[in-house]
Amino acid sequence: MLRDGSLGKAYLITAQPLLLGVALCGVAGIAFGIGMGLSRTVEWLSLPVIIILQAAPMAAIIPLLTYMYGIGLTSKVLAVIMLAAPVIVMNSYKGIRNTPPSLLQMCRSFQGTRAQEVLKIVLPHAAALIFTGLRLGLAMGFIGIVIAELLITPTGIGDLISYHSSTADYSKMFATIASVVAVAAISLHLLQLLERRLFP
Amino acid sequence: MIVEVRNVSKTYDNGRGEETHALRDVNLTFPKGQLSTLLGPSGCGKTTLLKIIAGLIPRNAGEVLVKGKPVDGPGPERAFVFQDFALLPWATVLRNVAFGLELRGMPRPEREQVARKYIAEVGLKGFEQRYPAQLSGGMRQRVGLARALAVDADIILMDEPFSSVDEQTRRKFQEDLLDLLRHHQKTVIFVTHSIEEAAYLSDQIALLSPRPGRVSKIVRPNVDHSRSPDEIRRDQGYLDTVDEIWGMLRQYV
Repeated sequence: MLRDGSLGKAYLITAQPLLLGVALCGVAGIAFGIGMGLSRTVEWLSLPVIIILQAAPMAAIIPLLTYMYGIGLTSKVLAVIMLAAPVIVMNSYKGIRNTPPSLLQMCRSFQGTRAQEVLKIVLPHAAALIFTGLRLGLAMGFIGIVIAELLITPTGIGDLISYHSSTADYSKMFATIASVVAVAAISLHLLQLLERRLFP
Repeated sequence: MIVEVRNVSKTYDNGRGEETHALRDVNLTFPKGQLSTLLGPSGCGKTTLLKIIAGLIPRNAGEVLVKGKPVDGPGPERAFVFQDFALLPWATVLRNVAFGLELRGMPRPEREQVARKYIAEVGLKGFEQRYPAQLSGGMRQRVGLARALAVDADIILMDEPFSSVDEQTRRKFQEDLLDLLRHHQKTVIFVTHSIEEAAYLSDQIALLSPRPGRVSKIVRPNVDHSRSPDEIRRDQGYLDTVDEIWGMLRQYV
């Protein structure tokens, strides 16, 4: 499968909604989490939504997405977002909230402004947890995209899995599944290495 | 009197609709250029009082005057040294010491020059590029002290600065602290629960009684601080002060 290029082609197709979804979460989810951490109002408004997203049975909701947004890229990106967003938002939010109170008092005792407090203390402190959230978000994104490609329309990796399964070519089907595990594990490991480099 | 505390009270809501009196009608004055200690058992509100003087927590009644003017928040004439050091773990010793100046918007070359001077004074020369995690507890608190000295405040507020430092390091640090503070003519308000530490360091000791925290007695130790540390520790005036304080505090324990 590697040699005939079908695997590579499938990954190119799968990567598109996956990376798009995780990137959108990376920007909007982190911004949301930071907002929730900094403002009680934003927290009050959005925490229930995040908890519902975390608790909702995704496999049951994805067909609903198809009903609303069709079978195109939008639904698949949304599926990735629904799985990846909660961990990304929650980690950013927790990172902000867990700032040691004595560091905040220290900043105030030297007459730091609220802006300085956020930029020089709260955000640098949260950075490591936010990055961990991004890594966990990518892991969830892998789960999301495979479910989406199996349930919405078979494309990319989901197509390879369902095609080989329908032709009873189980060795190829399991090879594809194993490749997903390998790709996910390798990319998460690389991100972890980067994380250790950035936040020792 | 550089700092005056007048009728300060502080109550906390304990979450069940009842109020806990942390401090009630505290009156205290702190003479300029001297080291005053707030001493008392745990729960007597000494850290609360220090943080009220620092302007870090609000009081319920009374007022705090610094150089004759009432204050309601932190100010440039006061610098705080924290019990848990409160260092930025992602910043080097140099940046941590310069952090107070960084917040004031002093340009980087200038503030680093000031920071280097104080890093050397607290005995950490050569450690400028280290991170807090690479330092021992005593060294971390020296960074905290250098940061407070670097902003050139007249009043240094120290909240149990040696409580997480081991005994040997603590003795050496106390001696260095006395040298530094006398050299810079700072007024120091120091919180501790160690009687020996209070008697060794202080010009004035305010004994606080617990629940509600009140000033029960002011002791002025008869100790000549110009003598060597070892002489002070064998001095009759020092030993008498320790006994006197223990005699008063034992009823609260």
